Amino acid sequence: MTEAVVHLYRGGPLLALVGNPNCGKTALFNLLTGSRQKVANYAGVTVERKEGKLTTPAGKALRVLDLPGTYSLHPRSPDERVTHDVLYGRAIGEKRPDLVVCVVDATNLRRSLRLLLAVKRLGLPCMVALNMVDLAQARGVTVDAEALARELGVPVVRTVGIEGGGDAALRATLDEAALWRRSSASAGTGGPAIQATGADHDAVRSILRRLGLDELIPHTLSDRIDRMVLHPVLGPLLLAAVLFLIFQAVFAWASAPMDAIKAATGWLGATVGAILPDGWLRSLVVDGVIAGAGGVVVFLPQIVILFFFILVLEESGYLPRAAFLLDRLMGGVGLSGRSFIPLLSSFACAIPGIMASRSIANPRDRLVTIMIAPLMTCSARLPVYALLIGAFIPRLNLWGVLELQGLVLFGLYAAGIAGGLAVAWILKRFTARGQVRTLMMELPTYHMPTLRNIGIGLWQRVAIFMKRVGGVILVLTILLWFLASFPVPPIGATGPAIEHSLAGILGRALAVVFEPIGFNWQISIALVPGMAAREVAVSALGTVYALSATGNDTALALAPLIAQDWSLATALSLLAWYVFAPQCLSTLATVKRETGGWTMPLIVAGYLFSLAYLASFVTYRVASALGAAG
Amino acid sequence: MSLADAAVGDVFVVSHVVAPSGAPQWAQQLEDIGFIAGERVAVMARGVPGGDPLVVRVGLSTFALRLAEAACVRLAPLKTETAQ
Repeated sequence: MTEAVVHLYRGGPLLALVGNPNCGKTALFNLLTGSRQKVANYAGVTVERKEGKLTTPAGKALRVLDLPGTYSLHPRSPDERVTHDVLYGRAIGEKRPDLVVCVVDATNLRRSLRLLLAVKRLGLPCMVALNMVDLAQARGVTVDAEALARELGVPVVRTVGIEGGGDAALRATLDEAALWRRSSASAGTGGPAIQATGADHDAVRSILRRLGLDELIPHTLSDRIDRMVLHPVLGPLLLAAVLFLIFQAVFAWASAPMDAIKAATGWLGATVGAILPDGWLRSLVVDGVIAGAGGVVVFLPQIVILFFFILVLEESGYLPRAAFLLDRLMGGVGLSGRSFIPLLSSFACAIPGIMASRSIANPRDRLVTIMIAPLMTCSARLPVYALLIGAFIPRLNLWGVLELQGLVLFGLYAAGIAGGLAVAWILKRFTARGQVRTLMMELPTYHMPTLRNIGIGLWQRVAIFMKRVGGVILVLTILLWFLASFPVPPIGATGPAIEHSLAGILGRALAVVFEPIGFNWQISIALVPGMAAREVAVSALGTVYALSATGNDTALALAPLIAQDWSLATALSLLAWYVFAPQCLSTLATVKRETGGWTMPLIVAGYLFSLAYLASFVTYRVASALGAAG
Repeated sequence: MSLADAAVGDVFVVSHVVAPSGAPQWAQQLEDIGFIAGERVAVMARGVPGGDPLVVRVGLSTFALRLAEAACVRLAPLKTETAQ
């Protein structure tokens, strides 16, 4: 994995946060640096080093590195290797840290302190941040920080990573000059840090015994929840119910706010249209910007609802349990439960999903996970699905409880998942022989999701979405408006002007390729800017259809327009296309970066295009034969 | 006896860890996550078909292990508080 290292903050001593997975390093990092890095309740959220800046109370400027969590200094997977390389001073473009802050989970001292002993032997100045002391206290474990410091021979401060001010003691300690001095006893640059784990374990146990902390107090509430969640029969049923609820909610809860946004953009278009004089400017603003970008904003409520559920699942600690329940299923197609979390992240967006695959130790599994991640339906596809479902699938209640629209959406997601599993299964036939696949996955203690974290997470997603609407989507929409408006038709030409424009000509040329799968030229042209960001296809259709409308009824609502213009077979074919097609260049760029070459992105793009074309072709032909082409 | 054979809920201590020849790195990895001689372990739950994978408590941590991984962990009976 080679990547350019960009130092955001030059100079200053370097401080590295090291600790077990899921011990709260990133929460502490965010608190120390004022960053907003992603925090969740499972191992492996941080898969690359993150950098921030911190100013101590005395005004000293430090660079802070947040490193992926690790159980030991024997790296198992690409993300753990990052931590290993930084600590040994072998990371490309990064100096060896001047100070290591070992983040220690106060609710699980044994394991945390073993890592600390190994880090201490590296000879780097070192201190302990005793994190999650609040949780430990709640379970009746009180850790005497001073006594622990005496035992370990390094400074120990108490921190609460999830609480404002929980880092005060740590900040103050960073100003002590003695802290930054290398102890002369271990001044080597990386001597034998690795020793028998058993010896460290014995050392840790005798320390804990002297502190009166060798009692094992399990988290009984977590165990009680697990008895339900991991139950052989109830567990899988619960998982299915949770996933199903999410898709139902995306449609059922979003309709009111969506109607409000739709009404607002409609009103804006009509008002602006009335103010501006008839001419190209009005067309650009009303047909281009408002019809295009407005058509995408409508889907914001659905994206917010989807992310709300994903964030709650991440925060609570349920995700690794789901991975456990699905491990057998994944094993059947040659993957492990470890691939589940990267794949689930891909439902938000394939890019973080592909990056999360770094926590998979087996290189073959990691590549397969990267290959099928784009088949998991990312949130950018939601606007396209929602538009087509809203226009073509009737609002029906089945048996009084299920919404047909939600059911179809569930089906589309299921189709993507089935496609991914099928690809993995085929690859298993060729490449999985004799593979050792390790699970060894931690199931963290459950946490009640905090409103604050969910709120921050949702706000970030809203900001990203609105930035896309105001950025790439707006730019492409305007560009498309130009292509769709010029050149103007010759005098005496009949039909809408767009048919004589560059976009019209290009669309017609593309339609030759897409005609067998039922796409008209308007769809063909909308697919092109959709390569940059999938949602753009919706805004592009909005612009194309707004410009195609003859007469004065420039309808702003796209759904009724396409419902009139397309056959059901075409709509289904386009849905099938969107399930499989590789439609965002950033995803392919991420594949290239993570695999270090052009081979994988080309293979991924090639197989996804073929799959999409095939699926659409079959869908269109079957639907037409069943009489849906009229 | 190994952790793969343990009944749900019964508490044992780890005797030692033996890795299969196909995956020698498992010994180190299991030790890293806490399967160290003398540590208390118990099977908490088993997966649906065939009891694979299983959920294991080791010390204070909970891990999901495959049957093959659990089979590497050899057990000794729990002696009341003398090993501690």
